[in-house]
Amino acid sequence: MSQNTTQSRGATAAAATADYLDQRTGIGIAVKNFARKVFPDHWSFLLGEIALYSFLVLVLTGIFLTFFFVPSMGMTVYEGPFAPMDGVEMSEAFASVLNISFEVTGGLLIRQIHHWAALLFIAAIVTHMMRVFFTGAFRKPREVNWLVGFVLMLLGLAAGFSGYSLPDDVLSGNGLRIADGVARSIPIVGSYASFLLFGGEFPGEVIIPRLYAVHILLVPGLILALVGLHLLLVVLHKHTHYAGPGRTERNVVGYPLFPVYVAKAGGFFFIVFGVLALMGATMTINPVWNYGPYDPSPVSAGAQPDWYMLFLEGGLRLMPGQGTEWVIAGFTIPMNILVPGVIIPGLLFTVLGAYPFVEAWVTGDRREHHIAERPRNNPVRTGVGVATLTAFFVLVVAGSNDILATHFGLSINDITWVLRVALIVAPPVAFWATKRICLGLQRKDRELVLHGHETGRIVRFASGEYIEVHRPLDEYERWVRVAHEPKRPVALLPAYDERGVRRKGYRRDALRARVSRIFFEDRVDPVTPAELVAAQAHGEHDALPSASAEPVGALPAAEAAVDRGADAHQA
Amino acid sequence: MKAIADRRHHRMAPVVLLLLALLLTGAVYAALSPTPAEATAASEDDIAAGAALFRTNCATCHGPGAEGRDGYPSLIGVGAAAVDFQVSTGRMPMQATGPQAPAKPPVFDEEQIAQLAAYVASLAPGPSIPTADQVDPAGGDAANGMALFRTNCAMCHGSIGRGGALTEGKYAPSLGGSTPTQIYEAMLTGPSSMPVFNDANITPEEKQDIIAFLEEQKQGSPGGTDLGAVGPVSEGLWVWVVGMGLLLGAAVWIGAKSA
Ligand code: HEC
Ligand code: HEC
Ligand code: HEM
Repeated sequence: MSQNTTQSRGATAAAATADYLDQRTGIGIAVKNFARKVFPDHWSFLLGEIALYSFLVLVLTGIFLTFFFVPSMGMTVYEGPFAPMDGVEMSEAFASVLNISFEVTGGLLIRQIHHWAALLFIAAIVTHMMRVFFTGAFRKPREVNWLVGFVLMLLGLAAGFSGYSLPDDVLSGNGLRIADGVARSIPIVGSYASFLLFGGEFPGEVIIPRLYAVHILLVPGLILALVGLHLLLVVLHKHTHYAGPGRTERNVVGYPLFPVYVAKAGGFFFIVFGVLALMGATMTINPVWNYGPYDPSPVSAGAQPDWYMLFLEGGLRLMPGQGTEWVIAGFTIPMNILVPGVIIPGLLFTVLGAYPFVEAWVTGDRREHHIAERPRNNPVRTGVGVATLTAFFVLVVAGSNDILATHFGLSINDITWVLRVALIVAPPVAFWATKRICLGLQRKDRELVLHGHETGRIVRFASGEYIEVHRPLDEYERWVRVAHEPKRPVALLPAYDERGVRRKGYRRDALRARVSRIFFEDRVDPVTPAELVAAQAHGEHDALPSASAEPVGALPAAEAAVDRGADAHQA
Repeated sequence: MKAIADRRHHRMAPVVLLLLALLLTGAVYAALSPTPAEATAASEDDIAAGAALFRTNCATCHGPGAEGRDGYPSLIGVGAAAVDFQVSTGRMPMQATGPQAPAKPPVFDEEQIAQLAAYVASLAPGPSIPTADQVDPAGGDAANGMALFRTNCAMCHGSIGRGGALTEGKYAPSLGGSTPTQIYEAMLTGPSSMPVFNDANITPEEKQDIIAFLEEQKQGSPGGTDLGAVGPVSEGLWVWVVGMGLLLGAAVWIGAKSA
């Protein structure tokens, strides 16, 4: 740039404007700082971006849809090109969806992209959340950002459910009916809540306009604001990175945000949009014209919610109906709905939201962590995550039991019984198996670090001794396997202090010690430097000169920018 | 030949020719004319042939006189429609016991099915096979058919008749492969767990409307592949397989570009 003395007029004007703005707002410093932020490169750090970009696609396609959608439950008679609905009475909302699908140019494509983007949005949120969970990226200082993300997930569910209900077709009406039933199952306030929601007896006349306000204003507004906060916190905390040579708890190694990362991220946006456009163009989604306008009486076979609500449906389908409606003093307490519809999801979500705080309490660890853990190095956490996913999966399958029955020629009653048992048995089994696998992998890591790779080459010495040649790990391979710190259960101080007085808070500490033992009793410690030296000394002769390690410290420093130092973290 | 040539000027020759011509047209007409599906009263021969087929193929279960036995329904009074439906969809003769007789490629050809139907119909009066006119989708109103289908059939067969599960391994099959005649007969006779929709429940015109609606579904979805038309479950599966699948691939690719 500096040699370029003859600048074009446009460039001069741009520079002048930028300068004007900079002098009044000081934005230049912000931009410069922001542009120099470092973002580490790893595929798992792009999952949040898939969520972000599908949200952008949702907003863009959603704006288009608002131009044509009519949020009204007023009745009308359809007269349009879709013959099987000709002359059918329906709500204006449903008629406008048929209009978007069959008359508005590009309407069906945009509708389908919007719906696929909604499904993808939540799939990406869930995957992103799994990444954050399994790598322990929610540990200090990111607990609050976990909470922000958790609220974003709830908002994503709310956006999806409110949108799913708008077209006023039979399926969406069935979904609302279930929501109504769940609201009513709550003791005392239930029926009031339902009347408040629907403005009277279900279905009423107001739910669609209300859901419309929620769907296009309230929820997206909140999501936008919280995504802003979420990303701001990511910038403030800096992103976590995986262990490696030169990557510590005190720095971030990656590419500067500008231009490398921005180029990559921009490209990724177009990939996400492209995949969604492809799906919208070739795969039917939510064909409301098949379901027909809502009418409270018919329910068709294969009535299910979108996938992210399927676990709730599954809970309802698994819950035995008989004997679970308690009548207390003339009031019915419908446990068959209360348990799967309110209590189980309530518990699930509370545990999810609170997990970082639970883990911080159990470990008693108050330090900051900026290195993402490998899932195997925290077997109990990984096991808890896999067990939760297993329970979720069982419920999703239960919500699809009729489809499974017809497609695999099974009896729906058998499926239901098997899944009832699985819901109780499978999560603990998954926990146990995952923990074992993690510990096994850690042991394998130790083995590798101490003895190197087996090469399959057998050498016979002049003395007649046979050895197999082992190739030591290179710097990168070794680092990821030894960087984590050994974990120990928290020590329990005695119940009485040195003067024989009972210590305050002893019970709480005892509980914590017990939980902490569950977490860290079975463990495999990483190889210490001393052990490594010892192993190498002993294994000296197996490492033939040709197979020796590469020199240490060859970081590709030219490309990698390093955000260094503790001071950077306080910025 | 000589003899014919000699007599061609015989005065009876025109009469013989005329008779021959009449016979020929009659034969051609008989061969080419559309036979009304059921209007021709079954001949004694058909009934006899049907009885023979029944004895060898059906009597083991339904009894020698079609009177039924333990676990096997009596066919007296089920009518030609039930036989035509059961045998043309391949359900009968049933092969293995199970929750319900599955549809399979039919064992008998059209003529044999007509003979079996004639035999069963001769035992006692029952619903007869609908005429081609009665089941012509062009004569039905698909919009009304949709409304009727939704209130009467969708709870078992799904919103557009792609099938659904019932209890204990029973199921309402997909109607994608059913012919208009079979749809009409199914309503008329109510096979296994399906209820009977007689003409008082659903009038013949309404049955035709339903047929028109179901035929309309064979045109495919305006939105692209229909993913089995089983609703949100398959959509959810595909968003993970195609959507997340492709994007995870892309993410791994972008991530790998740095190293
Ligand atoms: C109670 C559930 C139920 C209802 C309601 C119902 N069906 Fe059925 N239907 C079935 C079952 C079960 C079968 C399979 C019977 C068998 O295999 O013997 C079936 C079979 C059929 C078949 C034959 C499909 C084939 O494989 O050839 C047709 C056609 C059919 N139904 C149409 C209808 C129509 C039209 C309606 C509404 C007027 C309707 N059904 C209502 C349960 C139902
Ligand atoms: C292996 C035993 C078996 C054989 C062989 C068999 N059926 Fe059946 N049939 C059954 C059973 C069982 C049912 C009841 C099935 C159901 O409800 O799904 C039945 C039902 C029927 C029905 C329906 C009755 C109704 O109430 O609508 C007809 C019609 C019928 N069979 C005709 C035949 C004919 C014709 C044959 C010979 C080509 C035949 N079946 C061979 C076992 C058999
Ligand atoms: C609307 C939904 C969401 C969007 C758009 C979003 C977006 C992002 C993005 C782009 C990042 C940085 C890149 C990455 O690590 O993937 C990020 C990081 C993060 N997200 Fe989310 N996220 C969402 C939901 C969630 C949820 C549901 C959680 C967990 C409950 C969560 C917790 C976090 C945390 C803790 C980080 C920091 C990770 C780290 O530094 O390693 N987010 N988010």
